[in-house]
Amino acid sequence: MSKREDIKKTYKLYIGGKFPRTESGRYIKWTDQKQSTQVNICRGSRKDFRNAVVAARSAFSGWCSKTAYNRSQILYRIGEMLEGRRSQFLDELMLQGSSKKVAKKEINQSIHRLIYYAGWADKYQQIFSRVNPVALPYFNFSYPEATGVVSAVAPNDSSLIGLISIVAPIIAGGNTVVVLASEENPLCSITFAEVLHTSDVPGGVVNILTGHRSELLEQFSSHMDVNAIVYCGTEPEEIKLVQENAALNVKRPIIYSDENWLDKNTQDPYRILNTLETKTTWHPVGV
Amino acid sequence: METFIHRIDQVGAQERVSRLFSRSIKKESKIDALHTVLSMIDLTTLEGKDSPGKVKQLCYKAAHLHDQFPNLPSVAAICVYPTMVPIAKKALENTGINVASVATAFPSGMTSLEYKLNEVRMVVADGADEVDMVISRGKFLRGEYTYVADEIASVKEACGKAHLKVILETGELVTLDNVRLASDIAMKAGADFIKTSTGKVSPAATPTVVLVMLEAIRDYYKKTGKKIGMKPAGGISKAKLAIQYFVMIKETLGQDWLHADLFRFGASSLANDVLMQIVKQSTGVYQSANYFSMD
Amino acid sequence: MGKKSKNTDVNPDWSYSPAPESTDHIQINKKNDLFIDGKFIPSKKGNYFETINPANEEKLADVAEADQSDVDKAVKAARTAYDKVWSKMDPAERGKYIYRIARLIQEHAREFSVIESMDGGKPIRESRDIDIPLVSAHFFYYAGWADKLEYAFPGKMAKPIGVAGQIIPWNFPLLMAAWKIAPALATGNTVILKPAETTPLTAMKLAEIIQEADLPPGVVNIINGAGKTGQALVEHPDIDKIAFTGSTAVGKLIMKSVAGKRKRYTLELGGKAANIIFEDAAIDQAVEGIVDGIFFNQGHVCCAGSRLFVQESVAETVISKLKDRMESLIVGDPLDKNTDIGAINSKMQLDKIKMYVDIGQKEGASIHQSSCRLPEKGYWHAPTIFTDVSQSHRIVQEEIFGPVLAIQTFRTVDEVITKANNTPYGLSGGVWTDKGAKIFQVSKAIRSGVLWANTFNKFDPTSPFGGYKESGMGREGGLEGLMPYVNLV
Repeated sequence: MSKREDIKKTYKLYIGGKFPRTESGRYIKWTDQKQSTQVNICRGSRKDFRNAVVAARSAFSGWCSKTAYNRSQILYRIGEMLEGRRSQFLDELMLQGSSKKVAKKEINQSIHRLIYYAGWADKYQQIFSRVNPVALPYFNFSYPEATGVVSAVAPNDSSLIGLISIVAPIIAGGNTVVVLASEENPLCSITFAEVLHTSDVPGGVVNILTGHRSELLEQFSSHMDVNAIVYCGTEPEEIKLVQENAALNVKRPIIYSDENWLDKNTQDPYRILNTLETKTTWHPVGV
Repeated sequence: METFIHRIDQVGAQERVSRLFSRSIKKESKIDALHTVLSMIDLTTLEGKDSPGKVKQLCYKAAHLHDQFPNLPSVAAICVYPTMVPIAKKALENTGINVASVATAFPSGMTSLEYKLNEVRMVVADGADEVDMVISRGKFLRGEYTYVADEIASVKEACGKAHLKVILETGELVTLDNVRLASDIAMKAGADFIKTSTGKVSPAATPTVVLVMLEAIRDYYKKTGKKIGMKPAGGISKAKLAIQYFVMIKETLGQDWLHADLFRFGASSLANDVLMQIVKQSTGVYQSANYFSMD
Repeated sequence: MGKKSKNTDVNPDWSYSPAPESTDHIQINKKNDLFIDGKFIPSKKGNYFETINPANEEKLADVAEADQSDVDKAVKAARTAYDKVWSKMDPAERGKYIYRIARLIQEHAREFSVIESMDGGKPIRESRDIDIPLVSAHFFYYAGWADKLEYAFPGKMAKPIGVAGQIIPWNFPLLMAAWKIAPALATGNTVILKPAETTPLTAMKLAEIIQEADLPPGVVNIINGAGKTGQALVEHPDIDKIAFTGSTAVGKLIMKSVAGKRKRYTLELGGKAANIIFEDAAIDQAVEGIVDGIFFNQGHVCCAGSRLFVQESVAETVISKLKDRMESLIVGDPLDKNTDIGAINSKMQLDKIKMYVDIGQKEGASIHQSSCRLPEKGYWHAPTIFTDVSQSHRIVQEEIFGPVLAIQTFRTVDEVITKANNTPYGLSGGVWTDKGAKIFQVSKAIRSGVLWANTFNKFDPTSPFGGYKESGMGREGGLEGLMPYVNLV
C-alpha cells in the first residue's frame, strides 16, 4: 500500500468575501525555519489593494448600519469558529516557529481577544458618548461614529494575535478594513480569513492581503479613499512614510510600536476609539 | 389649493407594517386569499421590445392561468403600452378581462400636457377599459401641487368612461410624507385608483408606502364616502408578499377592498408563484416552476 | 370604470384561520423542585403548589414551595459559591459563562416562548418576537461587561456586593429574570431568584439551561413560593442586596423591612404613565403607539401608557381612529400566532381589572370596548377605553394593570405637563409630536425615568429603565444597570 499524499493548500488573498489569487500572478516562496515545508504565498499588488479598498468601501454602509448587538454577535461567532479550529492553527503556528506552549497561549489569547472586543461592540458608545451642558437652550450630544475604510499593516512578528488585535477593534467600531498580513509569518493570517468567512462576517468587511511591505506600504498609506491607517512596526522610515502620505487626504495615522501582543494590556476600548470620529449635534429645546 | 400635510413617522409606519406582516395565514384563509389574489392581478408587459406576438401570448395566459387545475379565476386585466391596445383588445374578446393601457408618456411623463391628453384619447378610442397615468414628479417636488392636481383632472376628463389609475412613482417621491400628500392630491383630483409605481424605478412598491396609501384611502373614504382603489406595482413576485398585503388591506380598509374593483397587483411573475402555492396547498407537495407556463 | 372583470366570489368575510403554534416539541416538567446549589431538590416540608394556564384554567405543573428553611439553604449555597468560587474567578471567565447562557437561550428560544405563553397568558407572537430575544440579548450584553468594569465608573473600582435576593413579577417572567440575573452575575455577585407564583415555569427551564452551561453550583439559585417566601428572602440576614420588581405597596414594605440594616435595594414598582399626543403628531403612528402602550401584553406593563392625553383639536380624530384600530385587535388563545391580546394572568388580576372598570362607570366615565368575543374558559378582558374622565377619577389615579385606558383632552403644553406630573408615580411617559424642540422641552419637564418620543414600550439591554418617585429607585439596563450590584471603592 502506498503512502497517502496530502492535498496541499493554496494560500490565496481574501477580498470581498472571496478568495482570489493576486491579479499580478506573482508569488513569494515561504519556507519554515527547518526548510521542511515550502509554501507559495501571493505577492499582492497595488491593484489587489485597489480592489480590496473598493470591496471595503461598498461593505461599509451595510456594516456600520448593523445594530451594535449584531456586530457584537458576529465578533463572538468569530471566536466560536476560531475555537473550533484550534488544531489547525496550532499546526501552522508551530510550523511558523512557535513552541507548542506559546502557540497554545497565542490561540487562547486570540479567542479571548475576539470575545473581549465582541463585548465592547455594544458598550463603547456608552463610555465615549456625552450629553454636553452647553450654556444655551440646546440639547447637545456627542457620540462616536465609524471613520470608514481603514487600511492596516499587521505586525510582522505575530501572525495570529497580532492581526486579530488590529482587526477586531477596527470592525467592532463599525469600520471595514484592508489588512496587510505579516510578511514573515503569513500563514495564520490567510487561514484566519477562512474563520472570518464562516462567521457571518459580510464580504468586504475584512480583506486580507499578503505581499511585500516594501511594495505595498506606499499604496496602503496614500489611497485617497482610505480614512485611517493603522501601522504596526518600529521602522522609522516606514513610520515617516505613513505619516507623510496620510497628509494627502488627511488620513488618520495610528502607529502601534513595540507591542507585546500576548499581553493583556494590548487590548482596550481606546483602540476602538482611535478609528472613530465624534459627531456633536445641537437641537433647540422649546415649544 | 389646500395642502394640509398629514405627517407620517417612518419608524412608526415600519413597525405597523412588521406587525401586520407577522400575521400567520394558513389553511382555508390562505387558499381563499390565493384565489382572490389571482383575480386581482393586472398581468403586465411594458418593455420596449414588446410585440404583437408577445402580447397575444400574455393575453392567452391571462385567460388560461393553469387549465390543469379546476375553478381558477382569470386575472383582472392586462396592462400594455398604447400601441398594443388593439392587439390586446382583440385577443381578450369574450374573456371578461379588462385592457389597461399606460399613457401620458409613461414612464417619465416628461412631455407636454397636449401630447399626454392626445395619448389618453387615443387609447380610449382603441378600447382601453383602464388608463394608468403618471404624475409630474418634477412639478410635485418643486411644490407645484396645483399643477399636479390640474393635470390629473384633465386626464380624468380625457378618459371618458375608462377608469383612471394615477401612478405616483413613490420611489422618486422618497419620503412617506410626500407619498401621503401625493395620494391626497390624486384622490381629490379624480383618481379612481392610486398606484405606487411604474416598475421602472427602484424602489417600486414597498410595504410602508402601500400602508401609507391605504391609510390615505381610508381617511378619504371617511371624509367623503368615496371608495378609491389601490394598486401596488413592481417588486411583488411572491405569493407570500401578496398575502401579506391582503392582511394589510383587510386590517386597514376592510372587506370591501378585497376585490378586483378596488385592489390590483401590478405584477408579471406573481401569478405563477400563486399558482404554485395553490397547487401545493391542494397536493401537499412543493412545486417546481417547470410545471407552470411562462409567457 | 370599464367592463367588470370576472372574479371568483371572495369569501364574504375573509378572516384568519387558526394558526396554532405547535407544542409537541416542548417539555414541561410535571413536577418542578427548587433549584439550589446546582441541583433540583424538593422543599423540606415537601409542599407543592399548582401553576395553571390562564387561557383554559388547566393545570400545567406542580411547583415546590420554599419555606424559611429552604430559603436558608439557598442563601447558604449562594454565599458559599460567592466566597469560594465566583468572587475569586477571573472576570473574563465569568463572562464566558454568561455568554454561554445567552447562546443556550437562543438555541432553546421556541421552547421558552411556548412555555411563557402557556404559563402566563401572553400571546406567542409577543413571547417569540419580543420577550425571548430580549432575554438572550440581556445576557449577551452583560456578559461583555464582566471583564470591563474598570471602564464603567471613572475614578472608581467596581467590586461585587455579595449575595443578592431577587423577586420578580408575572408580567414578563423570563425577561425579568434576565434583567435581574445578568447584571448581578456580570458584576461578580451570586443570586437567589424568586419568580412570581403564577409564572414559575420559564425560570425553571432557565435553571436547566444554567445546568447545561455548567455554571458553578450555587451561583444562581431559583426558589418558588408566594408572598411568604419572598418575605423570608427579603428579611434573611445574610443577603447583601434586594432587587424587587412589583407593586408599590410591597416595595414600601421592603423599604421598611430593611431599614436600619446594611442591605442595599433597588425597586421597580408601579406606574400610571401619561401618553401625550400633540396636534402636530404623526396621527396614525400615534394611534398605533396608544395601542402598543396599553393593550399589548394585556396592559400588564408597569410602564403602560394608561393615561392618554390628546390635544383637543385632534381628539375626535384620534379617538375615532383608536376605536377602529381596537376592532382589529384579536383577543384569544395565546398560542395562536395571530392573537394580539392574550389571557389575563390570573383570576385575582381579572377581578381587580373588572373592579376598576366598574368604578370607572360608577364615577361617571363613558366606556367603550371593542366588539371581540371572549372565550368561555379562562381569564379574559376586552380592550377598554374611558372618556369623560379627569385627574380626580380613581381610574385615572390608580394603577389598574389591565387593558383599560383613561382618555383626557388638553389645550396647552403647560397644562399637559402639569397633569402628566400630577401623580405619585414616575416610571415612564410618551410624547407624540413632529416638532423636535417640543420633544426635548417636554421630555425635560416630565418627571419620569423613561421618556418615549414618537414611540412607546421600547426596551433594549443597553438602555436604562427605572422610575422616579413612587415608581421605584435604581435602574436596570445599560451601564447604569451595573450600579445596583457593585460597591464603588
